Amino acid sequence: MKISRMYALSIRHLYLIKGSFPRILDLIYWPTIQIILWGFISKFFTMYSDYYSNTIGVILSCAILYDFLFRSSISFNMLFLEEIWSRNFTNLFVAPLKVSEIIIALTSTALIRTLIGIVPAILLMSPLFGVSILNMGPALLLLFLSLYLFGTTLGILVTSGLLRFGPAFENTAWSSLFLLAPLGCVYYPLSILPEWLQYISKFLPLVYIFEEARSILINNVINYDNIIKALMLNLFYFVVAVIIFYFSFYGARKKGTLVNMGE
Amino acid sequence: MTIEIKNLEKKYENFHAVKNLNFIIKPGSIVGLLGPNGCGKTTTIGMMLGLIKPTSGKVIIKGKDVENESDRIKILEKMNFISPYVELPKKLTVKENLIVYGKMYDVINLNEKIDTLIKDLNLFEFKNRKTGELSSGQKNRVSLAKSLINSPEILLLDEPTASLDPDTGDYIRTYIEEYALKYKTTILLASHNMNEVERLCSEVMMMKSGKIIDKGTCESLISKHGRKNLEQTFLKLVRE
Repeated sequence: MKISRMYALSIRHLYLIKGSFPRILDLIYWPTIQIILWGFISKFFTMYSDYYSNTIGVILSCAILYDFLFRSSISFNMLFLEEIWSRNFTNLFVAPLKVSEIIIALTSTALIRTLIGIVPAILLMSPLFGVSILNMGPALLLLFLSLYLFGTTLGILVTSGLLRFGPAFENTAWSSLFLLAPLGCVYYPLSILPEWLQYISKFLPLVYIFEEARSILINNVINYDNIIKALMLNLFYFVVAVIIFYFSFYGARKKGTLVNMGE
Repeated sequence: MTIEIKNLEKKYENFHAVKNLNFIIKPGSIVGLLGPNGCGKTTTIGMMLGLIKPTSGKVIIKGKDVENESDRIKILEKMNFISPYVELPKKLTVKENLIVYGKMYDVINLNEKIDTLIKDLNLFEFKNRKTGELSSGQKNRVSLAKSLINSPEILLLDEPTASLDPDTGDYIRTYIEEYALKYKTTILLASHNMNEVERLCSEVMMMKSGKIIDKGTCESLISKHGRKNLEQTFLKLVRE
């Protein structure tokens, strides 16, 4: 494994971001909009509901966490889609890049892309709504790590589909997270779901991450069991996703899609 | 670097793209691969690059099997590819693209190499322009620079002058000719331009329906089939 090759793939995307103001704006725009939108929704809840005593803090923090997850996944997909759209895809696969190097390079570049988007939103929380997600303390880092792993896992799975089935799989890239959000219990506790759905939801690390986030925000109590469960599930899914990516790569070689991807 | 193709086959679900291909390309030679659209040229090149998994047979380059993942990476370090159907990222400048690929190929003294290619291929005046803003002739020169960034011992050229005006086409041909002579690069050239093939290639392979139907030097093929030039020879062979 060579750092320079992975670095090369990363700077290819950083050059793209650096050279395009609309791209930077696009990265910052959605998280900021989310925060503003959810800020006002939360304000409404504060005035008319007593479910949460700290509604703004809880809803906004969950919105930020969910957006971080969303950005991680979409960023990974976008990096791959950029190669297909620019018809550069084949050039990458004839370069001496190992599949593992591609995954590591895209995973780390996706983090940079995600942070560009999410940091301004986090910074805006405090002056606009008087709350800060950073108050969650060191546990926040573990929650972010878990979300990043899950986002990347989804990114790898969608990318596997793109490799295997071509650009026709693109729509799945956009909709993948919307499908999981209701089951992930991002804005409400697990107990809201019907009992049979709760069993399914418990297979998603999101449930433990957001339950824990709420627990920290509302009760000021850190339950490391939830954090460990989420990390273990994430690691399991991440490994499965990487295996599927390898299978898709070999499937694409068999099918010949690496040669004419994007056409 | 010798390229050996042994009993190479590629079957898709209901299509037999390449049928029992056998040939050897000697180090430092330029070999042309001719054939009508859909005859299996791109599939053959795809298998040589490890992009397509052969149904059976082997691609051996410098004694290494392309199907072996670690060997494939070692082979790709010494190889490069250019095709009009593959482009470089449009939003990156010419220089940025060369830096990206130079680092991907782990090129030593990269800045020096880039400066040389920029000078040799007359890219200086637009080295800081976005690749997507260039004309097709200029883009082609940038793609050629990318394909030479790792000083490849093997170069696979898939229609390198397609859709170029005669002047730019001639510039590219001359550059490839001089480069191959200077660095003893092994080149496989897939082209529909018969003059290009006659000028550059020491040997030609004619493909039709996934098979090599004839091969030899341009002169030997022309005289064997009793035609005036390679184009007429090609037409006779593909229409038979």
